[in-house]
Amino acid sequence: MRSRTPGRGTRAARAVPDARQPAGGRVLPALAAAGALPVLALLALGTLAGCGSGPSGPPAVDLYNAPQEHMAQIVRRCNDAARGAYRIRLNTLPRGADDQREQLVRRLAAGDHGLDVLGLDVTWTAELAEAGWIREWTGAHAAEARRGTLAAPLGTATWRGRLFAAPYNTNVQLLWYRSDLIPHPPRTWSGLMAESARLARAGEPFYGEVTGAQYEGLVVWFNSLVASAGGTILTPDGEHVALGPSALAALKVMRDFSRSKAADPSMSNTKEDDARLAVEAGRGAYEVNWPFVYASMTSNRPKLARHFRWAPYPGLNGPGRSPLGGANFAVSRYSRHPDAAFRAALCLRDPESQRVAAVEDGLPPTIGTVYDAPGMDRAYPMRQTIRDALRTAAPRPMTPTYQNVSTVTAVTLSPPRSIDPPRTLGTLRSLIGDALESQGVLP
Amino acid sequence: MTAGETARTGADGNGGGRTVSRGARDERRLGLWLCAPAAVVMLLVTGWPIVYSVLLSLQRYDLRFPGRRAWIGLANYGTVLTSGFWWNAVWVTVVVTVVSVVIELVLGMAIALVMYRTLTGRGLVRTAVLIPYGIVTVAAAYGWKYAWTPGTGWLAGFLPAGSAPLTQHWPALLIIILAEVWKTTPFMSLLLMAGLALVPEDALKAAAMDGASAWQRFRLVVLPLMAPTIYAALLFRILDAVRIFDDIYVLTNGAQNTSSVSIIAYHNLISGLNLGIGSTMSVLIFLGVSVVPVLFVKVLGASAPGQDRGR
Repeated sequence: MRSRTPGRGTRAARAVPDARQPAGGRVLPALAAAGALPVLALLALGTLAGCGSGPSGPPAVDLYNAPQEHMAQIVRRCNDAARGAYRIRLNTLPRGADDQREQLVRRLAAGDHGLDVLGLDVTWTAELAEAGWIREWTGAHAAEARRGTLAAPLGTATWRGRLFAAPYNTNVQLLWYRSDLIPHPPRTWSGLMAESARLARAGEPFYGEVTGAQYEGLVVWFNSLVASAGGTILTPDGEHVALGPSALAALKVMRDFSRSKAADPSMSNTKEDDARLAVEAGRGAYEVNWPFVYASMTSNRPKLARHFRWAPYPGLNGPGRSPLGGANFAVSRYSRHPDAAFRAALCLRDPESQRVAAVEDGLPPTIGTVYDAPGMDRAYPMRQTIRDALRTAAPRPMTPTYQNVSTVTAVTLSPPRSIDPPRTLGTLRSLIGDALESQGVLP
Repeated sequence: MTAGETARTGADGNGGGRTVSRGARDERRLGLWLCAPAAVVMLLVTGWPIVYSVLLSLQRYDLRFPGRRAWIGLANYGTVLTSGFWWNAVWVTVVVTVVSVVIELVLGMAIALVMYRTLTGRGLVRTAVLIPYGIVTVAAAYGWKYAWTPGTGWLAGFLPAGSAPLTQHWPALLIIILAEVWKTTPFMSLLLMAGLALVPEDALKAAAMDGASAWQRFRLVVLPLMAPTIYAALLFRILDAVRIFDDIYVLTNGAQNTSSVSIIAYHNLISGLNLGIGSTMSVLIFLGVSVVPVLFVKVLGASAPGQDRGR
């Protein structure tokens, strides 16, 4: 979540001014008041500084995006294609998603004009749209953003039926397993637990890696289990808690899995990268994770990679519903060049940009046709499985208070082995209910 | 204030009947005018933010729902004071404050004695001791964080394989306390060394003549004479420790229930964008912090060093 030094503000309060007897003669009191003038002058200077768009050239569009290695290449192509209509300046946000969100919302809340195009995580759309910080996409721009875009990613850019961002990349988790240990990948979590028990008896590596640490990854896991059981965390309008019997079933699976042979002892500290490393190190037999693990396995452990396969995300009884990730481009309310910003955003997510992002940086495209582009078969041998998973992938709850909902959910479900399904469900319902009203306290 | 006291003593000295001379009155007025700008600036930069956060704490005000802003009285205080997360943060803050300040006092006193009594290389010793205090807290905190992270850190290598201390409640809390102690003990020892300078050598020599052992001289002569300094040092450190933020922010950011009150206020105010709840926490922290000096003065009768009222 959340280098800044607030909370240190009271230090100034200690420095009480020390009034001393003046040693001077008669001076006009008005002169004393002039002492306040430098302060005013400083304030005035502060407001003058800081607005620096180019003097006469094309309007500068400031892009704020998560770190992405080949983004500069995409920006360069768009600047060439713009032929002087605009010039995109690439600004890179911090690496952590919470740090990214924090910088964006803080600057937007202050009405900062220095942001034009914003690279948003799929879970932030509702929050920024509801606060009025990002512009709705309408007319030709919206039509362009929708053309050929897959339904699931498009849904993450939509809030209350209106489009607030242009989908840039998407992502789904799959089941990744070692076919030398598991010849037939199970389709359910109970099947996975049985496989782990079998492997343990055979003296083979048997851990199944899941994102069990107290963070967004734990919420992602829970959300997909609830969706796989046929339910949701929130009602469709995002206003109320749903969490019915399917949530109870999901909690039981989480508890059972974390107490079964499949659970890695360090499960309650495991994030995506730990899961990847555990399987690469030969400790884990399988993992549920994003597709980046495939490229990593082929370059880090080529021998293991020969048996490293993928399968659909496991379910409870039937097929599972994958977690849905990704990022979208939005235009700031406070942008001084909104039209240029919309056009720049469209170029940054057009098929060619998405192809570069997919092939060079491993970000799955949101435009269907890009999956058949040259180079994709080599970079994405699992692309058909990804596209199938995208049809049923479970988006995370859409609500302006997603940050609160996610935080209290992660705290309540951690550590997974101490889940007591009916009691935990009660706690979740009450804490998420408060979070939706933005009334509860965040830990 | 000094000006007022002088005027009063002046009036008393003049035997009552006569008014303060015209020149003195003018000087006093000029003095007030001269400090007026400073007073106004202080009011603007410290007084107004405090009043503003009190006003915010009485409102339902979430930046994400600008339309639902409303005055709700003390409801935010009810929400915060009945929240388990808040009381956990209070508990963490108290534990970190008490444990770290006690260790710092003992360790700081030992270092102060060494620094004060060192005969050779005095400058080198004092400089070496001060180094941790000279390092930016955030930079030092990152150093601790990586040192305790398995795979990247040298300290984690001393622990049993597979242990990640920053991912568990008590180990994480201990590391936070360790980082605090390491960083601020030099500050404590510097303050205490100033107090040691207040103890006259003659008193120590006289006690030695009377047959007092080194421990008796320390306990019965040195400690009472430097008590005002110790109280002042404790007051500074407690006020500082209660506001602990940067070490926790970097080391755990509140995970594993290690949020201090400042961290939880930050999470609600900045990450949660909830100005109402966040300001309520800020006001509660402000009130909590103001209790500390009052207790010191009332209960311990502490006074500032240099003032002669010390016990």
